[in-house]
Amino acid sequence: MKQRGWFRGTMLALGLAFLYVPILSMIVFSFNNSRLVTVWDRDNSPTLRWYARLLENDQLLGAAWISIKVAAMTASGAVILGTLAGVVLTRFGPFRGRAFLSAMTTAPLVMPEIITGIAMLLLFVALEQAIGWPSGRGILTITIAHITFAMAYVTVIVQSRLAGFDDSLEEAALDLGAKPATVFFRITLPLIAPALISGWLLAFTLSWDDVVISQFVSGPGSSTLPMEIFSRVRRGVSPDINALATLMVLVVAVGVVLSTLYMRREEQRRLREERMAHNDGNP
Amino acid sequence: MRRSLLSTLKSWSQPRNLVIGVPYLWLLAFFAIPFVIVLKISFSWMQPIQPGYAPLLEWVEETRRLVVSFNFDNYQVLLRESLYVDTFLYSVKVAAVSTFWCLLIGYPMAYAIARSKPSTRNLLLMLIILPFWTSFLLRVYAWVGLLKTNGVINNTLLAMGLIDEPLTLLYTDFAVYVGIVYSYLPFMILPLYSNLEKHDLTLLEAAADLGARPFKAFFRVTLPLSMPGIVAGCLLVFIPAVGEFVMPSLLGRTDQLMIGTVLSAQFFGARNWPVAGAVAIVLLLVLLLPILLFQRYQRRELEAARR
Repeated sequence: MKQRGWFRGTMLALGLAFLYVPILSMIVFSFNNSRLVTVWDRDNSPTLRWYARLLENDQLLGAAWISIKVAAMTASGAVILGTLAGVVLTRFGPFRGRAFLSAMTTAPLVMPEIITGIAMLLLFVALEQAIGWPSGRGILTITIAHITFAMAYVTVIVQSRLAGFDDSLEEAALDLGAKPATVFFRITLPLIAPALISGWLLAFTLSWDDVVISQFVSGPGSSTLPMEIFSRVRRGVSPDINALATLMVLVVAVGVVLSTLYMRREEQRRLREERMAHNDGNP
Repeated sequence: MRRSLLSTLKSWSQPRNLVIGVPYLWLLAFFAIPFVIVLKISFSWMQPIQPGYAPLLEWVEETRRLVVSFNFDNYQVLLRESLYVDTFLYSVKVAAVSTFWCLLIGYPMAYAIARSKPSTRNLLLMLIILPFWTSFLLRVYAWVGLLKTNGVINNTLLAMGLIDEPLTLLYTDFAVYVGIVYSYLPFMILPLYSNLEKHDLTLLEAAADLGARPFKAFFRVTLPLSMPGIVAGCLLVFIPAVGEFVMPSLLGRTDQLMIGTVLSAQFFGARNWPVAGAVAIVLLLVLLLPILLFQRYQRRELEAARR
């Protein structure tokens, strides 16, 4: 038994090394002075020159700003639509077209991005021909496309959160005469709030990260950050991309640590309150 | 007729149906209908002027006739030109090999996490997901720096004296496998973990009591029980990997393209939207069975969670 534990630990360590060594190497070489990127310049490193150059790069910064805007709009839209879809699929019972809706919410999870991208672009082109909207392609079309695939993830998260609760609370409220809308906002929504937060963050990341779909549905002047990175990386490695990667890893790491701490505190508070409520009921 | 229209409108304006209608119409308009348009374009003739394809049905005023012009050649091209068949087969091969390696690396990791102490479990899971939150593109780019001829791996091996000449690692099948396995590993580990975590460990104890060695107990009990997780993980890696576009263009061979690259080239380079549409439809058909399988798994998972 002990031997098996050793084997598991080794596999886990190797796997984690595989996941983290490339990221660590980017971080290390972001401080490298040499233009050759992967050849360490011992005399002049570490240096911050690539970070300084990054801050002067208006093209990348502009693209980053577009990406942030698109990702924030995507996340909000996806949470609203995904929550509706998740609630409809778990709480509304049978209705005509339910199976079709269910299929349409899981298909984007595995659909190769390139197919989604082409289909979206052809839709926008056909729409523009037919009704003149959306005129041209840009931030609006990117956001619509991102919402469509990101809402699928939110739907799954909301569905599994709702499946974890039985609907007795909601039914009790309905029996007591609350309107369905009141029940949704006062009971269902607070119950699934953690799922909405993680859904928002996931949708934001999916949008922030997407390059393939954006490439199809973007227009001139609306390059997102991944699109800018992609076109640079295709031309070869450049040291300021390492600096950019390091900054992004830093932001994500800080964000994840903070949100984990917050979630843990909330969970503990909830458990404490539940215990107190329980004690009140049984003196 | 009028009354039924009125009652339809009335039933649509009910709050319940409005709530159903919003996500429904959105997905219909921006997910289902686009595929119908792709299908339509894949049967049309290429046209040099906007929108790049001729209509399938056209009313010609002079002759007062409805002209129907279907073009099946877009599909015949795919069979006629060996480029397309080769590319399809190569893409499926790359996806299958990468999925296999993902499973081989991901299974022990998922197993180790599921059997670790509950307190360390969440930390380990976070370590698996954390790279996923950083830009996927940048993580692939990191591998370019590692695999290059004068990259980190070659420089290290040369410095250690293990090799005399740098190895060709970048722009090979191997590099694409590494890229896909690296990027999709969390998608393999997470469904496997959520399956393995639910196992009833008393089954293993029973097997041990009945004299089964741990090795045998694993293959007779744990592995069959984790089959749903394996299937889900493999599908989550395989399906998107077949249509992968970023990995082959940054890490892959230049003499052998993947279908995603060809699709993009037809679309943006050759601007032949009808053929690109046909390629997309065939790719979709190839992936239809795995996609349906995945949907079935997803439905079962949710039903199990409800119980």
